[in-house]
Amino acid sequence: MSLLERTGVAMTPGNIRTRKLSTAVVLGIAVAAVALAAVVVFGLGIGNWVLVVALGGVFYLAGVYVAASRVEGRRAARNRTWSALIHSACVLAILPLASVVWTLVSKGMERLDGDFFGSSMNNIGARDPEGGAYHAIVGTLEQVGIATVITVPLGVLGAIYLVEYGRGRFAAAIRFFVDVMTGIPSIVAGLFVLSFYVLIVTPWFNDGRPGFSGFAAALALSVLMLPTIVRSTEEMLRLVPGPLREGAYALGVPKWKTILRIVLPTALSGIVTGIMLAIARAAGETAPVLLVAGGGAAINFNAFENNQSSLALFVYQQAGDASRYAPARAWTAALTLVALVLILTIAAKLLARRNQLTR
Amino acid sequence: MAKRIEAYNVSSYYGSFKAIDNISMTVEPKTITALIGPSGCGKSTFLRSINRMHEVLPGARIEGRLTIDDQNIYDSDVDVTAVRRMIGMVFQRPNPFPTMSIYENVVAGLRLNGVRKKSLLDEACEKSLVAANLWNEVKDRLDRPGAGLSGGQQQRLCIARTIAVEPQVVLMDEPCSALDPISTLAIEDLMFKLKDRFTIIIVTHNMQQAARVSDRTGFFSIDKTGDPGRLIEYDDTQKIFSNPSEKKTEDYITGRFG
Ligand SMILES: Nc1ncnc2c1ncn2[C@@H]1O[C@H](COP(=O)(O)OP(=O)(O)OP(=O)(O)O)[C@@H](O)[C@H]1O
Ligand SMILES: [Mg+2]
Repeated sequence: MSLLERTGVAMTPGNIRTRKLSTAVVLGIAVAAVALAAVVVFGLGIGNWVLVVALGGVFYLAGVYVAASRVEGRRAARNRTWSALIHSACVLAILPLASVVWTLVSKGMERLDGDFFGSSMNNIGARDPEGGAYHAIVGTLEQVGIATVITVPLGVLGAIYLVEYGRGRFAAAIRFFVDVMTGIPSIVAGLFVLSFYVLIVTPWFNDGRPGFSGFAAALALSVLMLPTIVRSTEEMLRLVPGPLREGAYALGVPKWKTILRIVLPTALSGIVTGIMLAIARAAGETAPVLLVAGGGAAINFNAFENNQSSLALFVYQQAGDASRYAPARAWTAALTLVALVLILTIAAKLLARRNQLTR
Repeated sequence: MAKRIEAYNVSSYYGSFKAIDNISMTVEPKTITALIGPSGCGKSTFLRSINRMHEVLPGARIEGRLTIDDQNIYDSDVDVTAVRRMIGMVFQRPNPFPTMSIYENVVAGLRLNGVRKKSLLDEACEKSLVAANLWNEVKDRLDRPGAGLSGGQQQRLCIARTIAVEPQVVLMDEPCSALDPISTLAIEDLMFKLKDRFTIIIVTHNMQQAARVSDRTGFFSIDKTGDPGRLIEYDDTQKIFSNPSEKKTEDYITGRFG
């Protein structure tokens, strides 16, 4: 008798067939568990339907475990319990997300009209139901756009340096500071740009007056995006197997060309995902924009001069506004922001996939 | 065209670990040289030292001189990419480029080195794939991903990719270990054809193959684990397989060791 057979683990031809708990029985257990939970909860008057679902889940787990261990054996019972637990964890994780999306859509629909996307808050008083986020959308697109143009080349090149060229102390120091930068609160990034760029650099060109602008906000967002992009790109580049690079070297391809034509395309979709995460985070930042772009009610296409608003800032301001029309604007702006990030992400994914072969 | 390769006291290290010790050998142009020996004795390491692929790994370094037509490839003024363009390599494990199609994989070396003309690329693609005995299997799906091929097909794809750039020396690290007998014969045929123009060094665990294809054979071995690999005997293949001068070689090829 082999070791495994003695412990009862081994599968001999005699016991590769097992009895199965039928689907009907499992459903029956589920119904019974919920019914029992309802009786307990409402009978004792200790809660509402949320508790029924939660308690029903617990009863179901217990019931399935008992039933399965009678019919299918202990290993199968444990398998059923764990897979039920994992599925409920998945549902629990999705619930808040679904609830956020639902709230956004239902409350954001009220002001989802042409006026909202076509007008600004200029000359809109507390009693005017009109007004829109055109200026904020322009601000978000320009600020995030400029920040992306600054950080993507810098971040990707920095990551390439760290992975392909960086050796020794200098690279280790850079990696350390990138890690530290990842943890910088956005308000600190905003303060940094305020004290350095807005209050010290711009007065030179501006007759001594500090220049608040969308560009300053873009700089602050860049400080936030750069470490995220460097880190995620670095991880993705490290995943590209060494033999792939060697394959290109062996064909006499120079190192820089190998990186450009072999390594980057291989890691592209992961890099794009990292960049999109950074963009999404930057698009949602309020504090730095408030600090260095100042916000504003009117449309300002020039990111380099005068105040600009952004969608996140617009949400913040409208949500705190006393006007009874303001909350609806805030919800619609929040919905717009989420939709914007979603569209950008999908577009970027499609673009990245175009360069990749379908499997 | 074909080049003579000479190694003088070459030792290669991985960090502080010495993988091969004091290898000296001369490979004549237009010959096939087989390297045989037990696993882990440094055949791949030596092969990778010949086209400066060894130094790609962090901490890897080499001592000694390695010349190709009397030029030391480890001189400081030598262009590594030029060396590698001259000395092509087929790796032990197939490594097709995953983002490229079969066609792009084969012509990758040409394209990345600046060849643009479509007709030229098409011709090189077909010629190399035919030579690697893969053309018939893939001619209808050249635009499919190279990574979607079977393991043996991938290996032949990598062989096609290597010969497409027409290097003057071809290093092959167990090119046939994943191939069926028919493809193996095709690759051996290919080697005979290439021999007219190129110098070939092949690592193999297959004694019959070494005896069949090579003009000269080098036997590598290690005394015990942790020791560096050494070149025990290097001679005409005929002599190695019929009347080796070292006892260790005889033991190995007759199967009494390793
Ligand atoms: N990347 C590496 N880092 C550290 N040590 C290595 C590395 N590659 C190989 N070695 C060591 O160098 C020695 C020689 O390895 P090598 O790959 O050259 O053997 P080989 O003769 O090609 O073996 P095989 O026939 O199994 O392919 C071995 O002891 C191996 O453990
Ligand atoms: Mg090897």
